[in-house]
Amino acid sequence: MSETVAPLLSLAHISLSFKGVKAVTDIGFDVAEGEICALIGPNGAGKSSLLNVINGVYQPQQGEIRFAGRSRRAMQPHEAAVAGIARTFQNIALFKGMSVLDNILTGRNLASRSSWLEQAFRLGRAVADEEAQRAVAEEVIAFLRLQAWRHTPVGQLPYGLQKRVELGRALAARPRLLLLDEPMAGMNREEKREMSQFIREVNQVFGTTIVLIEHDIGVVMELSDHVVVLDYGRKIGDGEPEAVRALPEVIAAYLGQQRH
Amino acid sequence: MFYQESGQFSTRYRQDGRALRLWQQRAALWALLALAFGLLPFIGNDYWFSAILIPFLVLSLAGLGLNLLTGYAGQLSLGSAAFMAVGAFASYKLQFLLPGLPLLLSFVAGGVVAAAVGVVFGLPSLRIKGFYLLVSTLAAQFFVEWLLTKFAWFSNGNESGVITAPPLLVAGHDFGSPAGRYLLTLSVVLPLFVLAANLVRSSLGRNWMAVRDMDTAAAVIGIPILRTKLLAFAISSFILGVAGSLWAFTYLGTVEPHGFDLSRSFQVLFIIILGGMGSILGNFLGAAFIVLLPIVLSILSGSLLSGVLPAGQLENLQKIIFGVLIILFLIKEPDGLARLWQGWRARARLWPLRF
Ligand SMILES: Nc1ncnc2c1ncn2[C@@H]1O[C@H](COP(=O)(O)OP(=O)(O)OP(=O)(O)O)[C@@H](O)[C@H]1O
Ligand SMILES: [Mg+2]
Repeated sequence: MSETVAPLLSLAHISLSFKGVKAVTDIGFDVAEGEICALIGPNGAGKSSLLNVINGVYQPQQGEIRFAGRSRRAMQPHEAAVAGIARTFQNIALFKGMSVLDNILTGRNLASRSSWLEQAFRLGRAVADEEAQRAVAEEVIAFLRLQAWRHTPVGQLPYGLQKRVELGRALAARPRLLLLDEPMAGMNREEKREMSQFIREVNQVFGTTIVLIEHDIGVVMELSDHVVVLDYGRKIGDGEPEAVRALPEVIAAYLGQQRH
Repeated sequence: MFYQESGQFSTRYRQDGRALRLWQQRAALWALLALAFGLLPFIGNDYWFSAILIPFLVLSLAGLGLNLLTGYAGQLSLGSAAFMAVGAFASYKLQFLLPGLPLLLSFVAGGVVAAAVGVVFGLPSLRIKGFYLLVSTLAAQFFVEWLLTKFAWFSNGNESGVITAPPLLVAGHDFGSPAGRYLLTLSVVLPLFVLAANLVRSSLGRNWMAVRDMDTAAAVIGIPILRTKLLAFAISSFILGVAGSLWAFTYLGTVEPHGFDLSRSFQVLFIIILGGMGSILGNFLGAAFIVLLPIVLSILSGSLLSGVLPAGQLENLQKIIFGVLIILFLIKEPDGLARLWQGWRARARLWPLRF
């Protein structure tokens, strides 16, 4: 990783608390463009909270978020989406009543250029626009091998597939930064292998920068270029996977009490 | 196996995105249109037009209006009749104030005024949800009713608040006869259904459903929540407003606030619950049910129980049966008639095989 290029994402002195309960304390780290960065740490360490800070679901009390050259006190969800940040959630947050295709198409909503009047009359830009969004959604569907379930309501899909659809919805936005909160949680070995493969391909083929939370150390070591370790809301490790794995604090805090 | 869908693969995205993907569906639609425009106006009698077809069409449209807001965008409302009233009175007032305003344009203008009122009462939806939003739309219901009865200006100083609708002239033709009123209603209702069907399959329709299913996730993928909700209120109220104008002009022939009371709001709500939330076809099915069931019940009870029970009690009995039937139906098919219809289609595909 070259030191001269500015990082895509840079967090500085982020502190977040809920009614006095500290979830994240004075955390800062950089994510370089094009890398896969893993956030690890025991349950309740503040990993999800940090992801929520990055895309504006939570506003931290202190700190600064720098993304793609622009610095902010806090993000707003809409602002983050416009800036090119997409994500998945720890507890799947799909639109349950909609089909796989429609869920993935919602990921393209910011790319839609036609007005609602044009859409109602199927005039002007609406038809070409819809076809363009559909083409991107179909690319995503083919990439994630979801063709067989295109018109299935997502509520009827098994858990592993729902996780894949949620990744699809995020990918449809063609994000610069992809945040994945435990994309492999609750999956069997085969599904995990598949999901790791998808994540790696997204990173290599589209050059998407990825920050992911994962409990399975084997997967983390294999997948990531960079690991950040949290414990009780503080950062206790930050560096290349092998180096981080060897840190005594990390071994004590995380690897000693692993739960998965 | 007479009903086959096999062999009809979409080879282009545009085909796959069509509202009616199968030729059977499209053929059935054309046949229905031919029947509705070409045959019914000639063979129907006045009772059919005035007591069944016109209220059926107008209530389908009202159901559509509420369904966009509640079934698609997930915003509960008990103010449907209020927005219908606004549409009816606005059309009437505009016709009165601007003599020469074409009838159809006055319907559209009434819808636009209803949309504006809908947006105002939709503003709280950014902060409140579910049950509490229901209460705030209830406020719209009572406020509009109060306003229209309190100020005589709305009914041109008419004491009773009941005013006779102006003649139904479109491009010089008088649509005042029962068949004419039916045709006029049909010609206003169907295009609005087409526009709504387009809309729910477009970007805005998906944004509505996304907000309905999970608004935090919707915000995270960049859907502007306030704008999306307010557009739902505006477009829903526009359609309800036009439905209100039709109710007054082509169905009742009078414009009066009492036709748009809370029980009308509940009736529209029943239509979408019975027909199916988030379904376009369901609005027709629900409205047909609501219009036909009382008629069937009164014929049945009239022939079976006349003389046995006094007329007043007969009417109460009808209401009870109506209520019980609705409850039973909802227990058996909570997703409405549209889902029942899908089930039948799925079975027709397999018939005569059982599985
Ligand atoms: N919305 C919230 N309100 C109150 N407390 C919260 C909220 N979100 C998180 N917390 C608290 O912040 C702390 C960090 O939680 P967080 O979900 O970020 O942990 P995590 O590292 O993602 O854990 P896990 O591995 O279990 O997902 C916890 O103590 C949690 O209870
Ligand atoms: Mg978490």
